[in-house]
Amino acid sequence: MEKNLYYTDSATVFLLFCTIVWAIIGMGAGVYLSAELVMPWLNLDIAQISFGRLRPFHTNAVIFGFGGSALIATGFYSVQRTCHVRLFTPKLAWFVAIGWQIGVAVGLVSLLMGYTSSKEYAEFEWPLDIAVALVWVSFAVVFFGTLATRKIRPIYVSNWFYGALIIVVAMLHIVNNLALPYSWMQSYSVYEGAQDAIVQWWYGHNAVGFFLTAGFLGMFYYTLPKQAGKPIWSYRLSIIAFWAFVYTYIWVGPHHLHYTAIPDWLMTTAMVMSLILLAPSWATMVNAVMTMSGAWDKLRTDPGMKFVMVSMVFYALSTFEGPMLSIKSVNVISHYTDWTVGHVHSGALGWNAFITFGTIYFLVPKLVGRKELFSKHLVNVHFWLALMGVLLYIVALWGAGISQGIMNLSIDDYGQLNYSFIDIMITTIPYHWIRLLGGLLFLMGALLMAYNLFKTFVAGKNVMPVLVRIPKVNKGNEI
Amino acid sequence: MLKLHKTIESNSALLIFGILIVASIGGLVQILPNLFDQSLHRGTENIKPYSALELTGRDIYIREGCVGCHSQQIRPLVGEVMRYGKNSIAGEFIYDRPFLWGSKRTGPDLARLAGKYSDKWHEIHLINPRAVVPESIMPAYPWLDKNKVDPELIVAKLKLLKKMGHPYTDEQIKQAGRDIEGKTELEAMIAYLQVLGVYR
Repeated sequence: MEKNLYYTDSATVFLLFCTIVWAIIGMGAGVYLSAELVMPWLNLDIAQISFGRLRPFHTNAVIFGFGGSALIATGFYSVQRTCHVRLFTPKLAWFVAIGWQIGVAVGLVSLLMGYTSSKEYAEFEWPLDIAVALVWVSFAVVFFGTLATRKIRPIYVSNWFYGALIIVVAMLHIVNNLALPYSWMQSYSVYEGAQDAIVQWWYGHNAVGFFLTAGFLGMFYYTLPKQAGKPIWSYRLSIIAFWAFVYTYIWVGPHHLHYTAIPDWLMTTAMVMSLILLAPSWATMVNAVMTMSGAWDKLRTDPGMKFVMVSMVFYALSTFEGPMLSIKSVNVISHYTDWTVGHVHSGALGWNAFITFGTIYFLVPKLVGRKELFSKHLVNVHFWLALMGVLLYIVALWGAGISQGIMNLSIDDYGQLNYSFIDIMITTIPYHWIRLLGGLLFLMGALLMAYNLFKTFVAGKNVMPVLVRIPKVNKGNEI
Repeated sequence: MLKLHKTIESNSALLIFGILIVASIGGLVQILPNLFDQSLHRGTENIKPYSALELTGRDIYIREGCVGCHSQQIRPLVGEVMRYGKNSIAGEFIYDRPFLWGSKRTGPDLARLAGKYSDKWHEIHLINPRAVVPESIMPAYPWLDKNKVDPELIVAKLKLLKKMGHPYTDEQIKQAGRDIEGKTELEAMIAYLQVLGVYR
């Protein structure tokens, strides 16, 4: 058998399996954290699961474990299909797949042990930063190697988004994690005070921008046209939106530091750029809706499609809410409150998790050689659980966050503060219960998905690995 | 324009460098000037680097993830200044590596915590927060009272910070181990909490 005539998907299958495992671990930790907020005894006086240590465990497990595995898996899958060529160095692809899991797993354990740089979403300490960087560079070699050896001349738009993900995240990761070690697992940042804050939020917001947005847009631009069975409505719009997105996003970080001890001009440029960012963000959303028009009936027949479409709704919602929160006078209220946490989750659950679930439901039957999933009905149940969960979650935190923000600044007629900190905290407790319920529903949905996919996998086990022959390139598109 | 794009999109090397350049502009403009902006790097008049015990406490604060729930940054807003004290300025943080401004106030801001409560209050509060604040949802940290600090690590830390420009004398570095030997993590943490916000 001539190997080069076929795609290679074994690393993708492994990575999708890991994606699901990390979803359950990461979201499970999130649910536990939200339970700790309303029942503090759940900290159990155990250092490793106390809120402060478990929180970065949750964020890193979800972003890098769940999100990262999903991005690498779908990147490997789609780059082959859009380039009509087998992965460049499949062995290195396996190194990336396994290396990423080991890096994230060891990193998460080290966080529970208290080894943290404390910089948000970059908490891993220096040895792990180096290990992760090595794996990431290997990912770049596999991905760009595949691009370079492609058989189709134009590079499809999903690949630019994956490309931006790989390049920009590498840059962010290296610059923000520069530190000098004082022991084999601990270090001090090379930046100090306000400078450190500026670099960290340049990283922090662009981790959202390029990991959680650009990467997942790559996934989206592959999955949507495939599922809808139609090409992107306006390819030109996707081009313009891409470059505008890459240029604008990188400026917006300092909106996390409004009214703090950094120069004023930084806050202002960040705010203006955040507002401008609405345009490229919504261009993608418009493109998605227009691509769907004429294929809406698929929402009835293809349950995975519902996830993809609703992910665009939450994408539109959070890319609207983000610029609003970046306006200084809104940020006065929202900063330091649950509103920000709700905003992140409307993106992370509603957009990232939904598009991932939709893509997984689309890919898994193909990868295990089945026509259909084990149960469409379960996908529907998952959909409604997830939708109810995320809606309860963000509405509850709007309530909590706006209450916190207004009560914090509220002053009576005599110029005295109206509320003590404890008053504010007690006000938010009911909202936190609702948020716990929302998180639980979302987690239950993910568990159903795992069961459904497991049954699908078992049914298709005997025909694996599925070999897909690389099709011929259409005339005129050859390189 | 479209023709230019046609060239870029059919050449993977051009695409890589295009992304790299376009994505660098914002960061370069926002980060480079600040490296030379003295107002960010000059300390307040009375600023001092952390003592051996305070620095040890700070690293325990980092280890336990306190920054996840407590900010250390007071914005210049009336209600906020009344609640927590004078607004924070860049010169207070020049010995903070990493910065610990935080992004969420599940608990109150701590930027001006020093002197608000006695050492004894902190001791009780850290071991069992609900003993002094019945409604508190903060985790308890009983292990801080049982663990002793590491007198060897502190020397490595101070040496490194000296290299980074923190003005520690050789004498201080030599003394550091003896300064903190036998202290509990709880004592170190309290020493750190009691110095938060005094250098303004």
